[in-house]
Amino acid sequence: MEINLNEQLSQYSLLIVYASMALLAVSFLLSTLHLANTTSAAESESEQAEGDVLVKTKTEQSSLMKNAGLWVLGAATFALGIGVTMRGIAAERVPWANMYEFAISSTLVILMVYLMSLYLKEVHFIAPLVSGFSLLALGVATSLFYVQVSSLMPALQSYWLVIHVIVAVLATSFFYIAAALHITYLVRKASWSQGDSNGFQRVISHFPSAETLDRFAYRFIIVGFVLWSFTLIAGAIWAERAWNRYWGWDTKEVWTFIIWVVYAGYLHAKATRGWTGTRAAYLGLVGFGAVLFNFTIVNLFFEGLHVYSGL
Amino acid sequence: MTSYRPSDYELTREERELEQAPKQARFGLSGWSRWIWRQLTSMKTALVLLLLLAIASVPGSVYPQRSADPNGVRLQFEENPELAQVLDALQLFDVYTSVWFSAIYILLFISLIGCVIPRTQVHWRAMRAKPVKTPVSLKKMSAYSVQDGNKADLERAAKILKKQGYRVDLKDDSVSAEKGYLRETGNLVFHYALIAVLIAVGVGGGNSYIGQRVLVEGDMFVNNLAGYDSFSPGTFYDPDNLYPFSMRLDDFEVSYDLQNPANIGTPIDFEASVTVFDENGESPGQVKVNQPLELPGTGIYLMGNGFAPVITVRDGDGRVAFSGPVIFLPQDGNMTSLGVIKAPDANPEQIGLISFFYPTAEQLPSGAYTSIYPDPFDPLLTVNAYIGDLGLDEGVPRNVYALDVSEMNEVAGRNADNPGLVLAPGERAEIPGGYGSVSFDGLTRFAAFDIAHNPGGFWILLSSLVALGGLIVSLLIPRRRVWVKAVGDEKIELAALARGDDPRLEDVVSDLGKKLAGGKVGN
Repeated sequence: MEINLNEQLSQYSLLIVYASMALLAVSFLLSTLHLANTTSAAESESEQAEGDVLVKTKTEQSSLMKNAGLWVLGAATFALGIGVTMRGIAAERVPWANMYEFAISSTLVILMVYLMSLYLKEVHFIAPLVSGFSLLALGVATSLFYVQVSSLMPALQSYWLVIHVIVAVLATSFFYIAAALHITYLVRKASWSQGDSNGFQRVISHFPSAETLDRFAYRFIIVGFVLWSFTLIAGAIWAERAWNRYWGWDTKEVWTFIIWVVYAGYLHAKATRGWTGTRAAYLGLVGFGAVLFNFTIVNLFFEGLHVYSGL
Repeated sequence: MTSYRPSDYELTREERELEQAPKQARFGLSGWSRWIWRQLTSMKTALVLLLLLAIASVPGSVYPQRSADPNGVRLQFEENPELAQVLDALQLFDVYTSVWFSAIYILLFISLIGCVIPRTQVHWRAMRAKPVKTPVSLKKMSAYSVQDGNKADLERAAKILKKQGYRVDLKDDSVSAEKGYLRETGNLVFHYALIAVLIAVGVGGGNSYIGQRVLVEGDMFVNNLAGYDSFSPGTFYDPDNLYPFSMRLDDFEVSYDLQNPANIGTPIDFEASVTVFDENGESPGQVKVNQPLELPGTGIYLMGNGFAPVITVRDGDGRVAFSGPVIFLPQDGNMTSLGVIKAPDANPEQIGLISFFYPTAEQLPSGAYTSIYPDPFDPLLTVNAYIGDLGLDEGVPRNVYALDVSEMNEVAGRNADNPGLVLAPGERAEIPGGYGSVSFDGLTRFAAFDIAHNPGGFWILLSSLVALGGLIVSLLIPRRRVWVKAVGDEKIELAALARGDDPRLEDVVSDLGKKLAGGKVGN
């Protein structure tokens, strides 16, 4: 077996990932400005007579800015897609075998899932949370996790690497969007965001209702939970092939289980009197916290068989 | 309609109006036990137990576990024995078999069973019962509309709904329809399948075994208890059932990357070529990481590998006291390996050797050796020699990979008068003091295999997949009730209600409304 690693190509890939980060920053600014603008546009609308030229331009401006923000986000996703693909070509394999690659690939999938969810208009409002989080993730990945391209260790040479990881990443994306919706929900519901005594409260008052945000978060978690369950099963099948046991309470397995149980708790909370609403939302966020913990702390500081950070 | 739900199941406002108020339990002895049972099977208890289960799992990832990392546990005891004893008393090295972890999941499953069985009975009846009576007032339902129409539309509405898969009850002045029973079915199937997973894990684990065996190239493994270096059967496993076969390791090959600068020395592939002898005769086979060799009821997994230099030890009389390949345990990524040789029958004194093997040796400025590449391009053996009492005669079991030097003298090595022996392949060196000689005759590799039997695997997989299917159905199929009611002679009311979240409920009502109104244009 012969492999040709192309570090030069990987460096170009890194440049494109940087370009994607720049686009994400622009998108973040545009969609934040759009949200601020929505308020002033809506305010002037209520103050001025209908058909006023000024109102029209303001509304148009705002929608232009929203669309520009999303188009730039699309461009960032496209660029990141190229960057991730080039990294895969450079390594002659799937680009998610160490922490750097996993981070850029999952950011790409989060962005793609988000763009595809845009047909739901409630999801537009969390654009800054998505571009901001992606920017942060790529920043950490490029500055802390970057490693030169390397070959797959024999334990990872399996088609399960493709199935297990893709589904895990997809689940993570749905969990992230749910978490962003839950954050928005909690802010929308908090007492300090009620009223219109400051700009922030006015912006928030134009968001979808708290109930709507909560309902959409729930739907994203449902999909994420199904995918996560599949991740768990696929991982067990792979573990049986590679380590002759389907479940061995390895640290990564423990945390995958914890995440599953916490989200199962969330789904039960949604059907338990006194636990719906805010409490369930916090549980959802705890679940996503566990997802992040599993990816960062467990990968870097815990001992176990899933030691693939490459660091 | 009676419907069993845990006492604190969150109903929507509309659902509450349809459900009967729970009967007050009379508090006697049976009242109390019913009360306790209600608490145990309540949603809140299930939720709290789930969260406890998540929290209780955390320490298992923080402290080393005997099942996954026995060496880590040993280190804890060595480094901080007092703390380790406390941790051990709290079962923190065996979290997942501990009393407290077991208590949580057993309670969780009791709560689950207590919740699911009555729900099944109710669901079974509900599936064969007629849809609920049309409520008096439809205005409060989540989806509601009024349009022109009369009693004649009811029959058409019933037909349309039937075609859409609803179960329909046509009454004199109203239609009541219901669909989505699969939602509850899926939910119940999911929970039953989880119980099945737990049973399969328990029963499968009891009937499983796992054993280890290290084979040097050319060695034969015979599948009986004596053939194993270590063997751990489940509680119910009978070793008489071991599948009769033997396996010879013919060749072990490792490929390393020698081409890409940043990747040099990274293993690319491990491959053990074997020959299997069983009732079907002799057949060649291959074992790789991720590709176990499967025999009936037995899987053979490649778990490790290393070098086994062939070494001959002669004693002071010139007689061969030891000869053969010795398993050297790898110490680093470049396969610097450590081996121990014991020659108890040597004269005049027993001989013990501690030896390092470097596949591609390089001498450091300090004079010590290191390996710079994991393949044997320039192999070298260094040997520290001890003479004296190996401690093998007291009948105390000894680790073959460790040498107890407390009763021995170092005659060649860092702490001795003479330096350690250094041998290239084919070379021979005298042990100082006329105690004998050591020769490095050749180089072979060894492979470490796990031989395992997991009869529960299939059932666990099957139950998990059934659970997954149930989960998908229960989360994605909506349960809806639709009513159409004639009000006077000119208006009909349409209403729908869902259990849980249903994004399409409004559409259901407006679609039905349009169909009913559209039909009229044709008349």
